[in-house]
Amino acid sequence: MSLLELSGIGRDVRLPDGSLLPVLAGVDLSVAAGEHVSIVGRSGSGKSTLLNVLGLLDSPTAGSYLLDGQPTDSLGGRRRSRLRGETFGFVFQQFNLLPRRTAEENVAAPLLYARGRDFLTRNRAARTMLDRVGLGARALSVPEKLSGGEQQRVAIARALVRGPRVVLADEPTGALDVETGAAVMALLTEVTAENGAALVTITHDLSVAALAGRRFRLDAGRLTPVAAGDALAAATSDRTDA
Amino acid sequence: MTGLLGTFSEAWGEVRVHKARVLLSLVGVFLAVLAMTTVTALGQIAAQVQQEQAEASGGRTATIGVSAYDPMTGNVPRQEWDAGVEALVTRYGLPEQAVATLAQESGLYRFPGGTQSVETRRVSPSYGPLHRIQPVEGRWFRAGDRQSLSPALVVNQDFLTLLGVTDLSTRPTVVIGGSQPVLATIVGVVAWNEGWPSTYRIDSSAGDAVTAAGGPGFGASPTLELWVPSEQADAVVAAVQTDLARLLPGAEVQAYRQDPENLEDTIAKLRLAVRAAGLVVLALGGLGVLNIGLVTVRQRIREIGVRRSFGATSARVFSAVVLESVVATALAGLAAVAMSVAIVRNLPLERWLAGGVPLVDAPGFPVSAAIEGLVAATAVGALAGLVPALIAVRVKVIDAIRF
Repeated sequence: MSLLELSGIGRDVRLPDGSLLPVLAGVDLSVAAGEHVSIVGRSGSGKSTLLNVLGLLDSPTAGSYLLDGQPTDSLGGRRRSRLRGETFGFVFQQFNLLPRRTAEENVAAPLLYARGRDFLTRNRAARTMLDRVGLGARALSVPEKLSGGEQQRVAIARALVRGPRVVLADEPTGALDVETGAAVMALLTEVTAENGAALVTITHDLSVAALAGRRFRLDAGRLTPVAAGDALAAATSDRTDA
Repeated sequence: MTGLLGTFSEAWGEVRVHKARVLLSLVGVFLAVLAMTTVTALGQIAAQVQQEQAEASGGRTATIGVSAYDPMTGNVPRQEWDAGVEALVTRYGLPEQAVATLAQESGLYRFPGGTQSVETRRVSPSYGPLHRIQPVEGRWFRAGDRQSLSPALVVNQDFLTLLGVTDLSTRPTVVIGGSQPVLATIVGVVAWNEGWPSTYRIDSSAGDAVTAAGGPGFGASPTLELWVPSEQADAVVAAVQTDLARLLPGAEVQAYRQDPENLEDTIAKLRLAVRAAGLVVLALGGLGVLNIGLVTVRQRIREIGVRRSFGATSARVFSAVVLESVVATALAGLAAVAMSVAIVRNLPLERWLAGGVPLVDAPGFPVSAAIEGLVAATAVGALAGLVPALIAVRVKVIDAIRF
């Protein structure tokens, strides 16, 4: 059974003139536990909307979304929030670290919403996770004192600290230079795999997409697997080989 | 449990991280609580001063003054008056401490600088407690003073100064002049600074019989004072007037309530006015907190979105924003109350408010004012945090993250 199972997902957005704009249409996607999937698409193709639907930040207007075999459309707001916190870790393009909090406080922040032992030992867990991403020495630095690469590593540690089953990364290298981006991606892939979490990466960077076991293209709201002979497949294949 | 701890932890983290903003927004609340608490405490002390000063002249609530005079001769003969009063007291079973007598006269006292006429109030020992008279040195009259050949006096500071002594360590005495002089003993000093000498004299002493100097009734019309429950005052006035008139045939009897009847109402109104002013100031302080809260919650939209991605529920976001405001204003309230206590405790309030006369029942810092200050600060924090919290809950997570 797939961990995430999307069938015929559609998402319409109402425009100011009252008309509906389909952002996603008939999206089918299944992601197994521990799997690495990438979704490539141009700006405005609906990538972020799909990620938001996957992460229970947004609700589809059509289709069904099963999380661990359970339908998500009937979830109440409270249960939805809890499930989101317990199941998903997010990595954003702009890092979205909490300003003026230390790296340790940032990494520990998701555990403020955990319960029991996880909540009480949050600072220790944050330190451990920072060590794993190589930033143990910068635990007390605030984001303003960290480089872009370091900030994204803190964000990766934060996404993984609660032991999520799925990491959703939205353009994780979008704000980094090529070299730093590659290093961050390698780290994200490695640490996610170590944790046994699935990784869904949304990107327009072909080299980032190439790291995934399965690759999809999102175009005008429609998701299609990258088939052999596809230009994207060729491009990612080249990069992978390289 | 950990959910609650987490909410507190989150709120405290916000307050800690945004110290400057929080401090800025709290200046108004701090000043408002400080003003409200201090003014309430001062109001209570002022009310106590007013009450004690009023009771010193008019007696405690409710004091009925009773006097009589003979339309033909002026004063009622002493023996008739005493008999009438005794019959009245016996009839109503009035306890000794609820009955006092007062007769005002001028006495000739021999000071080192010469003999001087001094306003003298001849009173029973129960007069002191009834009028909250508390000597600053020595003591008030006791029943045993009536057995002494030397009349006991409780004088004011001016009297003592005129006598050329500074305190009672030398057991000072003074000769009361007249046709048959008598040596009086000063047993106490009151702090009243009237600007001229005055004295209380025990209503009777063993020496009175020897010197035949007489008691109340010789120099002036005596006044009987009865301390009765407030709700019975009107009935007592009517009964005493009728009964004493019957016991003193031919005399005109007057009974009247002499304590300041409306004092309690006046003080209550004063306290109400002070509290209302404090609330207005507090409301203005709350508006300041609300204003800054509204501005900052808009600046924190991305952060709120990120926290939602961590799994923060709407209720959690709401309570964290409200609690942040409450934690901050409660701390401001605590600091304000502490400063208020320091101010009220260390200022020479009695000197300012009561002309240097120490209060008999000096009120401490009113606990109610401190509690009110803290509750008000917390309530203002909750109210001021409400609107920003509602805005925070309505933030769309997707927009917030993209913000």
